Amino acid sequence: MSALGSLYARNARSVVYRGALASKSSNAVVIISGFFEPIFYLLALGFGLGSLIGTVQTQGGAEVPYAAFIAPALLAVAAMNGAIFDSTWNVFFKIKYAKLYEGMLATTLGPLDVALGEITLALSRGGLYAIGFMIVMQALGLNLAWTALLALPAVLLIAFGFAAIGMAITSYLNTFQQMDWINFVLLPMFLFSATLYPITVYPEPVQWFVQALPLWHGVELVRGLTTGVLSPLMLVHVLYYVVMVVVGLVFTTRRLRVLFLS
Amino acid sequence: MPAPVISARNLRKTYKEFVAVDELSFEVTAGESFGLLGPNGAGKSTTMRMLGAVSERTSGDLQILGLDPNDHGPEIRSRLGVVPQADNLDSELRVRENLLVYGRYFGIPRAVVARRADELLEFAQLADRAKARVDELSGGMKRRLTIARALVNEPRILLLDEPTTGLDPQARHVLWDRLFRLKEQGTTLVLTTHYMDEAEQLCDRLVVVDKGVILAEGSPASLIREYSSREVLELRFGSDRNADAVTALAGIGDRIETLPDRVLIFAADGESALEEVSRRGIESITSLVRRSSLEDVFLRLTGRTLVE
Repeated sequence: MSALGSLYARNARSVVYRGALASKSSNAVVIISGFFEPIFYLLALGFGLGSLIGTVQTQGGAEVPYAAFIAPALLAVAAMNGAIFDSTWNVFFKIKYAKLYEGMLATTLGPLDVALGEITLALSRGGLYAIGFMIVMQALGLNLAWTALLALPAVLLIAFGFAAIGMAITSYLNTFQQMDWINFVLLPMFLFSATLYPITVYPEPVQWFVQALPLWHGVELVRGLTTGVLSPLMLVHVLYYVVMVVVGLVFTTRRLRVLFLS
Repeated sequence: MPAPVISARNLRKTYKEFVAVDELSFEVTAGESFGLLGPNGAGKSTTMRMLGAVSERTSGDLQILGLDPNDHGPEIRSRLGVVPQADNLDSELRVRENLLVYGRYFGIPRAVVARRADELLEFAQLADRAKARVDELSGGMKRRLTIARALVNEPRILLLDEPTTGLDPQARHVLWDRLFRLKEQGTTLVLTTHYMDEAEQLCDRLVVVDKGVILAEGSPASLIREYSSREVLELRFGSDRNADAVTALAGIGDRIETLPDRVLIFAADGESALEEVSRRGIESITSLVRRSSLEDVFLRLTGRTLVE
């Protein structure tokens, strides 16, 4: 049997099926709050603060209302938060306390089935948030071009990337305290990744640093699509997330194998 | 003799410096009920994980159903049922859902899994709890559900790691009854335990392990015959008088074992040993003549009791 055969049984859907059954009883409050959070930000900052600001110039050089500037960024952030929550806290609990993966890997499932299944679940939550937020954006007239439709697959890719990396990192953590580091990284990344103002406010070295962070690529990708200002640079953003997905899957699979099958 | 379904030769597992399992060799034949007996830390669970193809051996040979678990992990796991030491039921799912989902992990079609789930709930005497939450079940029910779950892929071999540890006597008897039925149906059982009565109830053959090595092997009856006398006389003198009494008891029975709380005299005839004790004028607080058990075998082999 090939090496992949012991890592992957082409049965990730059974992990998704399990997650769908389990989520019936899961905390609806968590899901609903994740949906409304970006909408509150949009109303308070986009329209409240935005009424003082007027228009902002995007990376592509277009002048857009402030709300239309930050809405795509908040969309990317919502995808990130949804994916991260499912792939870190939930996964950590399943590894350490529920011993869920131990049970799964005593069957014919391989670690890649588990990783893909869990990431798909994380991604579907992120996707759900995204669809809801896109509808709100449309209703408020913040989708400025037809390319906004492409923001949906873009957001799924962003969620996939964060879920894969999130699960990989979580599989290496040992204590709940270490989990706090994830929030410690996420919050500043949300605030400073050219989400709420253009990156040009920073001196050049800081700009480079921000441009190395994953969220910046997500924000720019989605913003380009919803404002209709396209550029070849968007391919780089996509590539960035593809690499995140691959790296995340490789490390997660490897780590689950070490934890439960060696 | 049929071909063995499990064959281990010089099986060894080390974690850095620590030797968990040291050169174990044994075979299990189809339909047999085989026990690994030993105290906590004897290497039983580590061995079970290797048999379950979820832990790679450090060295030695291992064949499960004729396959090497290093190369055929998923294939072997598809034909095993595993009941781990600690319950790892899915507490986010209901009782019946646990069986449905586990069957799906094996890639068994939905309709087939649904039918088996209902049969297994009957078997595990949980049919009326199908929609209950896992956390609402008692310890004994959880174990029965774990066993039902392990049977969802119709395994050739069922691996049970300390199946009744932590259960009350009644729950243990219910569980033994269920396992005995499986054995009657021809399922090969491999179980670990540190309970002597459990081993005597369930095992056709067993190995006694301690500190990763096999000390003895055979059927419960033959082990008792080989390593113990037919009967045992237990005498209690109070902890401070134990040592003095042993000197006075010298020569009675085949062998004398001094424990912190009592003295054991191994003899073919316990009653006549007791008569000899009173003839010598030795007064004990309590005395008891009983049949020899696997516990005595273990004591003889290791110099200590199993559950310490």
